[in-house]
Amino acid sequence: MRKIVALCALIALTGSLLAGCDIGASGPSDEMKRSAVANYANGVHNLYSQSLASAMAMDQAIDRFLADPTPAHLEAAKRMWLLARDDYGLTEVFRFYDGPIDHPENGPEGLINAWPLDEAYIDYVQGNPSAGIVNDASKFPVINADLLVSLNEEGGEENVSTGWHAIEFLLWGQDMNKDGPGARPVEDYTTNTNATRRATYLRVASDLLLTHLQDMVNAWAPGRSDNYRAEFVALDLDEALQKVITGMGELSRGELAGERMTVAYEERSQEDEHSCFADNTTADIIANALGIQMVYAGDYGTVSGTGIKDLIAAHDETLAEQLNAQIRGSVNLARAIPAPFDQHLLEGVSDQSAGRQAIQTTISSLESQTDTIVDAAQHIGITISVS
Amino acid sequence: MVRSRFWVLVAGVLLLATALGSLYGCDLGGDDTDLELVYDELLGGETTAFSAGRNAFELSARNLTNEERRTFEVGDSFFNQNWVTAPASTEARDGLGPTFNAQSCSSCHSHDGRAKPPDDDDDPVRGLLLRLSVPGDSGPVDEPTYGGQLQDRAILGVPVEGHISIRYEELPGRYPDGTSYSLRKPTYVIVEPALGRLHPEVMISPRIAPATIGMGLLEAIPEERIVGLSDPEDADGDGISGRVNRVWDIRRGRPVLGRFGWKANQPTVEQQGAGAFHGDIGITSALFPAENCPPAQTACQQAPTGGSPEIPEARLAKVTFYVQTLAVPALRRVDAPQVRQGARLFVEAQCAACHTPRHVTADDYPVRPLRNQVIFPYTDLLLHDMGADLADGRPDGLASGREWRTPPLWGLGLIEVVNGHTTLLHDGRARNIEEAILWHGGEAQQSRDYFMNLSAEERAALLEFLRAI
Repeated sequence: MRKIVALCALIALTGSLLAGCDIGASGPSDEMKRSAVANYANGVHNLYSQSLASAMAMDQAIDRFLADPTPAHLEAAKRMWLLARDDYGLTEVFRFYDGPIDHPENGPEGLINAWPLDEAYIDYVQGNPSAGIVNDASKFPVINADLLVSLNEEGGEENVSTGWHAIEFLLWGQDMNKDGPGARPVEDYTTNTNATRRATYLRVASDLLLTHLQDMVNAWAPGRSDNYRAEFVALDLDEALQKVITGMGELSRGELAGERMTVAYEERSQEDEHSCFADNTTADIIANALGIQMVYAGDYGTVSGTGIKDLIAAHDETLAEQLNAQIRGSVNLARAIPAPFDQHLLEGVSDQSAGRQAIQTTISSLESQTDTIVDAAQHIGITISVS
Repeated sequence: MVRSRFWVLVAGVLLLATALGSLYGCDLGGDDTDLELVYDELLGGETTAFSAGRNAFELSARNLTNEERRTFEVGDSFFNQNWVTAPASTEARDGLGPTFNAQSCSSCHSHDGRAKPPDDDDDPVRGLLLRLSVPGDSGPVDEPTYGGQLQDRAILGVPVEGHISIRYEELPGRYPDGTSYSLRKPTYVIVEPALGRLHPEVMISPRIAPATIGMGLLEAIPEERIVGLSDPEDADGDGISGRVNRVWDIRRGRPVLGRFGWKANQPTVEQQGAGAFHGDIGITSALFPAENCPPAQTACQQAPTGGSPEIPEARLAKVTFYVQTLAVPALRRVDAPQVRQGARLFVEAQCAACHTPRHVTADDYPVRPLRNQVIFPYTDLLLHDMGADLADGRPDGLASGREWRTPPLWGLGLIEVVNGHTTLLHDGRARNIEEAILWHGGEAQQSRDYFMNLSAEERAALLEFLRAI
């Protein structure tokens, strides 16, 4: 009798293998998936709104600084950049599926966040005091938004003269200090050559950033029929979830563990880090990891609801908890990397040093969480391909 | 005894399952078994990736270790991110230009895919370049003022050499069944040349950036295999010769088989990549140590450099590894009857005579995951006379002005998804696969004629097969 049962089970198993689906376990209901998609859309809108709000605060601080260029006002503007940068970092998990931020035709990601920055295309650098658009009044008599956008579009590729890192460079200047961030003199905005043109550049770059963030808020705003969100929530549920999870997976490994951490770690080029002028790279990493955690939990601070975690748990609670622990673990490991990041990239710093060990452990954790993300998605019937 | 009877039952069930499985799509049919040599879902063997989306060309070979994947990611970074003007804080990434066509590899090979020519003069040129040469005593030499390639961009303070403008002429035609088509033939004009007129005998050869998938697998095809496929005197009388190019391998310091580039004029992935870094982005390397500034271009010569070389050996090696290990996406619609019919026609039309479907990679290739793989790139990596209409008239090594290297076809159907266009051939003149076939002349004339004489339904099947690979 037992054997007949076993045989039946085997037949069932073979059958299900043929059909390519799993046995027995129930997955998330459509209702649950719909709720997760809606909550995600609310979360995206919420985080972009928050990013816009803090960027506006930065913009006001830049206004105050340009109206009255004192060292104190410069420091205040820098502080507001750092705060605003954290909020933007949370939103990067909304990339990698050709949504509004990196839409192939008009996504502003390149204008908002292009890296590395072509400093000498913007302003003077050590070794070339007359470099850049700021110092070339004959070729670029007027600096305005149209000019910067058109220069970015020249050659049809993401150029690097706008966005977070352009503003960062204009506030901090090049990081020539081995153990601290860049220290642009306030005279660059008062008595130094082309101070007015530099001020205009900073003003325009900050305005442009607000415009692009506002576009993202609009694209995800609820209650409209003509924006991306309306399209997104009307997608086949699995297709929408595939986008959501692709963003998590691609940010985890290819972008964060790979592009942003492994490359800097392996190449040991001190400024081969994203926020190299402000030495804000560890904060960037934490914000990215935290964004992944928010999408997984479905908890975006003031907005919360069904998350990816709940969908996985409907199929396999243990797996959901395992992934939860990995994602939270990565955030904690990222927090444990001693700042500034560039100190761990110097020649001669041993791989056994606490800083390099911390980076390595974070990378490994992000890599294995990616494997679990891919695997868990598969368990609820969603296939994602990440690098 | 009871136990063994149980296992007989188990075996029976498994056998039944296998039989069912073959009914559901593993069966190629009795007289179709030879199709196994024409295609397989795993176009890239164990490296094959499964994505038919926008990232279809961006994925790493699926059998890399974590360690190897990290090398891949570092290479990815230097392939994808922009190079910037020197000097810059990001020291590892400065040295752009002084003159250049692109700021990054991915600018032309967008998403590791294929570029298209600009639609009109307002559309930026991205991934199309012009080789410039004048006749010399033993083959073409660089144009004296502009060098061997037109760089249509430059860093601030250095003049741009010139811009590319394209005019197309429509050439209408008709299939024997009456269906009409039209091909567009390009001519190129260099506008606003910064250093005066180009040499009166200048030859302009356009080149489009191809997809960069599966390059290591192509490099891993044994040389004897490629040489064995060649038939320089057309000894077998099939009208198809197939000649090898012999080119200089800088690293090894001797002439070797050419495999890469539109004329098979580069021997290795490394040298192809270093050449592109140098000619297209202005990045010097151990293989190409001097800045690309012809003598007449003084501002170019005086511009700051990003180090010597600008991309160090270890980093170039990682970019090379990246390009070598970019995965080939799996074939789609593997069991569709139309795909199978198309594959049969692909063989019957003699497409497979040059677009050789199947190879086995060497067991001693340096990149371990690419060894011993059964692959389907659809190329013999040999040079073929493609007729007067496609000729650029510019010899390159042993390649004549009418010869082109057979390009691989894997990934063909996904270019539209990855890059948003379907243009093909060395200069992107063909607007789709069908037009590309219709441009085939010379040794491929008989295949083209065969295609034209197929019924509309058969032509559709062949195209469907090509879109599936």
